[in-house]
Amino acid sequence: MAATARTVVEALNGALKRVPVLPLYFVALAPGAWLFLAALTGRLGFEPMKALEQGLGLWALRFMIATLAATPLLDWTGLRLVRFRRMLGLTAFYYALAHLATYLALDQQFGWSFILADLAKRPYIIIGMAAFAALVPLALTSTDAMVRRLGAAAWRKLHRLAYPAAAMMALHYLLLVKSWTAEPLAYAAIVVVLLALRLVPRRAPRRAAGRVAAQQA
Amino acid sequence: MAYRPRLAAGARILPSEITPKEVYFNRRALMAGAAGVAAMTLLPDAAVAALETTPSPFSTDETPTPLEAVTAYNNFYEFGVGKDEPARYAEALTTDPWSVAVDGLVARPATFALEDIVPKVQEERIYRLRCVEGWSMVIPWVGFPLSDLLARVEPLGSARYVAFETLERPDEMRGQRGFFQALDWPYTEGLRLDEALHPLTILATGLYGEPLPNQNGAPLRLVVPWKYGFKSIKSIVRISLTEEQPPTSWSRQAPREYGFYANVNPDVSHPRWSQEKERRVGPGLIAAYQPTLMFNGYEEDVAHLYAGMDLKANY
Ligand code: HEM
Repeated sequence: MAATARTVVEALNGALKRVPVLPLYFVALAPGAWLFLAALTGRLGFEPMKALEQGLGLWALRFMIATLAATPLLDWTGLRLVRFRRMLGLTAFYYALAHLATYLALDQQFGWSFILADLAKRPYIIIGMAAFAALVPLALTSTDAMVRRLGAAAWRKLHRLAYPAAAMMALHYLLLVKSWTAEPLAYAAIVVVLLALRLVPRRAPRRAAGRVAAQQA
Repeated sequence: MAYRPRLAAGARILPSEITPKEVYFNRRALMAGAAGVAAMTLLPDAAVAALETTPSPFSTDETPTPLEAVTAYNNFYEFGVGKDEPARYAEALTTDPWSVAVDGLVARPATFALEDIVPKVQEERIYRLRCVEGWSMVIPWVGFPLSDLLARVEPLGSARYVAFETLERPDEMRGQRGFFQALDWPYTEGLRLDEALHPLTILATGLYGEPLPNQNGAPLRLVVPWKYGFKSIKSIVRISLTEEQPPTSWSRQAPREYGFYANVNPDVSHPRWSQEKERRVGPGLIAAYQPTLMFNGYEEDVAHLYAGMDLKANY
């Protein structure tokens, strides 16, 4: 049983190695493009602005979850998604940026007094904004050049900001719904599990083996 | 092509295919001019038997929200929390036969069959509807004053409140089944007796001249236009007169956010968002905002009910 699982993971890893990263950005951003076009052409219901805003927020959260899943998947299953982690994280940032832009331009229509009032008074907006603010330095330091400039240790330390950012995203969602419904609770539960896995002692050997393999590749 | 009502629950209509509302109102004008309101039932293309109505001076002259939006964008948690779920799933609800118990502090409690409380000729009331979530519509309701029904049961002097209850029937209401349920069922609402007797307060049985689609609260719902939409309870099965203020669903769920009164008030914000403005529901990506009016624009008619009351404390 375990042996079959390992063969499957190895086969997947072999296939994943050949997947080029760049075209994946287009795949990852396609749902956002679809949402925008659907909203423009009257296919997103009767409050297209809200549907667009909510859809972009959900995709930001989904890609953040995918980003956070890469390391535990490697640790616990040996599946190597780490090569896609930057793409996944940047996609989460792009969706968050589009979500924020929708909020500013289409929801509040640049009504700065409303926006400032929201930022001062509404916990879910404050937390969403804090989550976004945490994503900005991560996106800005995502290039190889920035990793080199900061040094690997400092870079890793900075990128731990992803953990509070993810927690705040899930909390933002929980805070804005009208009653306890399954979806925001499910997303929050996934984020909690992914963060909690980081506290569990790692399966050091496999991870180390993975690293060596990565360096040799 | 003449206006053809498309009220079938679950019908999926693209916002881009909306029937021009002028067509609906031209038809009304034509009928008023030609043969009077009774002619409505004679129109050959009416898919459902049209309701007989007379116009009301309480109607606003604002442009009604397109029928397709009114029937596709709903909050009716008994059928799911998504705005599109009531239109998809409310078809399962059996609304005939239907009866309504009217009891409590009344001289003549009774359980009425729906046919026995709905007048043959009802009024058309074109009202603004403001949802607590920040969106709004203008809806041509068909209904009759709640006070007419209450008069028939003769409220006792001790009655001070009216409690309402929605059907609880998990077999037909999928939002009442399963592990995650958004609210405690049955949904309940309440009004002070003077609010219930106010001439603006109606029981509606239809909209746009046709019987209510299930997703809009068929076959009988309350409409209280100066309060947030959740007060206008749908698919009513019980109306009870009480001495104590009755518990209401949303104030039980989140007492800090939703009070008993829930009067539309731009100056009292929801703890999580402002109530100063509202979006008129419509298919455009550029949302049409407008300022929210005190008591949803019905201030002249209802402000006296709350004279001397602290509206911030009684939200
Ligand atoms: C940084 C990452 C963020 C994530 C992952 C995120 C995620 C989400 C999610 C999942 C939703 C709910 C979607 C639904 O109801 O189905 C949402 C809604 C919303 N978010 Fe965010 N959000 C983020 C940042 C922000 C920021 C910075 C703002 C504004 C300053 C913001 C404002 C809103 C608003 C206004 C809504 C809609 C509330 C409504 O339904 O009326 N979000 N967001």
